[in-house]
Amino acid sequence: MEIPYTVEIRRDTGLTNGKIGIWLFLASEVMLFGALFASYILIRTGAPQWPRGDTILNVPLATFNTLVLISSSVTMVMAWASLMRRRLGTFRLYMGATILLGFVFLTVKYFEYSHKFHDDLFPSTNNFLAIYFTLTGLHMLHVFGGMCVNAYLLGPGSKLWETNPKWFTNRVENSGLFWHFVDLVWIFLFPTLYLL
Amino acid sequence: MSQPVAAVGPVTHAHEARHEELSFLRKYVFSTDHKVIGIQYAITALLFLFCGFSLMMLMRWQLAYPGAALPLLGRLLGEARMPGGTMLPDFYNELGAMHGTIMVFLGVVPLAVGGFGNFVVPLQIGAPDMAFPRLNMASYWFLFLGGVTMLASFFVAGGAAQSGWTSYAPLAIIAPGQTMWLVGMIFLITSSLLGAMNFITTIIQLRAKGLTFMRFPFFVWAQLVTSFLLLLAFPPLEAAGVMQLMDRLAGTSFFLPSGLVVSGQPLTVAGGGNPLLWQHLFWFLAHPEVYVLILPAMGIVAEVIANNTRKPLWGYRSMVYSIIFLGFMSFIVWAHHMFMTGMGTTMAAFFQTTTMIISIPSVVILTALVISLWGGSIRFNTPMLFALGFLPMFGIGGLTGLPLAFNIADIPLHDTYYVIGHFHYVVAPGTIFALFAGIYYWYPKATGRKMNETLGRIHFAGSFVCMNVIFMPMFFVGLAGVSRRLFDGGASYAFAQPVLHLNVVSSWGAWILALFQLPFIVNFFWSIRHGEQTGQNPWEATTLEWAAPSPPPHGNFLVAPEAHRGPYEYSVPGAARDFLPQFEA
Repeated sequence: MEIPYTVEIRRDTGLTNGKIGIWLFLASEVMLFGALFASYILIRTGAPQWPRGDTILNVPLATFNTLVLISSSVTMVMAWASLMRRRLGTFRLYMGATILLGFVFLTVKYFEYSHKFHDDLFPSTNNFLAIYFTLTGLHMLHVFGGMCVNAYLLGPGSKLWETNPKWFTNRVENSGLFWHFVDLVWIFLFPTLYLL
Repeated sequence: MSQPVAAVGPVTHAHEARHEELSFLRKYVFSTDHKVIGIQYAITALLFLFCGFSLMMLMRWQLAYPGAALPLLGRLLGEARMPGGTMLPDFYNELGAMHGTIMVFLGVVPLAVGGFGNFVVPLQIGAPDMAFPRLNMASYWFLFLGGVTMLASFFVAGGAAQSGWTSYAPLAIIAPGQTMWLVGMIFLITSSLLGAMNFITTIIQLRAKGLTFMRFPFFVWAQLVTSFLLLLAFPPLEAAGVMQLMDRLAGTSFFLPSGLVVSGQPLTVAGGGNPLLWQHLFWFLAHPEVYVLILPAMGIVAEVIANNTRKPLWGYRSMVYSIIFLGFMSFIVWAHHMFMTGMGTTMAAFFQTTTMIISIPSVVILTALVISLWGGSIRFNTPMLFALGFLPMFGIGGLTGLPLAFNIADIPLHDTYYVIGHFHYVVAPGTIFALFAGIYYWYPKATGRKMNETLGRIHFAGSFVCMNVIFMPMFFVGLAGVSRRLFDGGASYAFAQPVLHLNVVSSWGAWILALFQLPFIVNFFWSIRHGEQTGQNPWEATTLEWAAPSPPPHGNFLVAPEAHRGPYEYSVPGAARDFLPQFEA
């Protein structure tokens, strides 16, 4: 049994199933992070004092990480564009780079976290650190999830290219949409936690 | 359906041949077929409904006869819970919290959305399956994991959650048992999110050719709106769940204010959190959740009423616009659960106004359903009896909600049995009656046989009486001011003495209600093999699910169906029969 519109677009909606699915998923993700940002605002406005992010957190490292994630979004687009130009080799290169950049991001984050723990700064220390660890931790889980999907598409998932290149390209595009979303969340997280 | 779907016919057969070879495990356990998954959801949900009902029957013993030893069963539950058969307060609290959690998240929602949604929606829109069959399987198994986690929590040290299904902070953070509840909820939320994405995509993308949105059966509309509520309202609770888990495990203070003293000891946490934040995030989900409980029920009732009055639904378009508006409004009424938290009058005025406004589309839908009966030649079969039972019961539930919506009137009624009565009229003789109607109505589609009418009528009559015996007294108990949270049902309060006997009435109603479920259970299993055999359209209905064989094979339709007209063309003047199916040209 074949499910229609997994590869071809449906003419009256102009979309494939996967495209709608991923956007709906992103909508729910917006609500998830939206709720956490809203909680941040509520707790911060109710606090008698609140530390400025840059007095506790390492801004240069986070700036570096921002650049890393933005670059990974660029390589993600290039990976998809390579498939559109039917070049599997270039796709592999760019997809590998995307995963590697995600790995760099997580490594930097690991050093940031362990430095905080070394300085006896834990989620339980105060509510600034609580929200910092919760938001960035959840974001890191998303980065990791995106990396897993990308690794699948680079490895065993890429067999689909031989049998159904269009479907495979759609999958890479949808995975890319998620990756850009994860990037975008960080673009909000960085100023909110580190600079304000 | 355009080009690609026309090709589905032959492909289906080729695939089916391959499907025969699937092992038992792949066919019935880890199936990707929406019908099997729907039935898995339904059976799991029915078991959990029974489980949640049993917890409540235990509580009703304690409420009717506080402190008395429960004969036989009491000793089986162990010394830690009921020493000598007498219930301990902690155990009562566990039962209360888990009754709510199980009934809402593991009973009604999985049956209404997971069960009926999965089984009926793809058939009603003429689709071969859901848009993402493997995701669909994952949704079911996440629900299953969530259910197992919730049940297992009764048997771990500290027991199950004790802080009510609302899990208000800071109590939930310092009380035992809550961690398992939170982990279970995260599984259930994941399940609902995946399901919601799948339903919306399926309904938008896999509609049969000619099935425009305004030709949707009302049930499909109900599921579409419900899915949007699940998709957008659940993530904030997930966020709140993560924060509560952090509070419990990592020692953060998201919901813990400064200077909290527990049992005479100051809590050693950083503090600075806000307990009201939990309430806001919780009710931001839980109010739309109430509509998740009721909208699919309205959808089922609409189907059954149109079919058995042999008339089009009165005001189909108004009903559709109402349900969309209802879905939207349900996101901005949540703080009417929080009038007692000391919010300012401006906020209270806002939320009581939106709450008043949301009652309008509900009344429109209910009124349209009642007017649909007018002048119909009504067939009083079991599904129709339950659908007709739904109308006044949901009406009572809805109307008794009005005083709760007003800031001033809510103050004396808040957290009393009046609220319990109101809510349960909506979901128990309301939603659950609609779900029973759905089971009797679609059973022939799932099995090829009808359920027994006589047993069905006994089930309906007994349930209808008992439901009212249980919940009507609660209004009086509540108006007398008895709090819903009391372990002894008010026995230790002087003001509650005149209404205590009503607790006994409610309890006996509940136990007898359990007896009246026996005909249903027998009927359900007996009819699988011995029910009256039926063709593909036993109710002479018009919607697309009746174009498929009963039971439908993998891939559903032998020929891809097309919709030629609206969903409820019954008794069209000049037609040869009293129904014109959507699928007949």
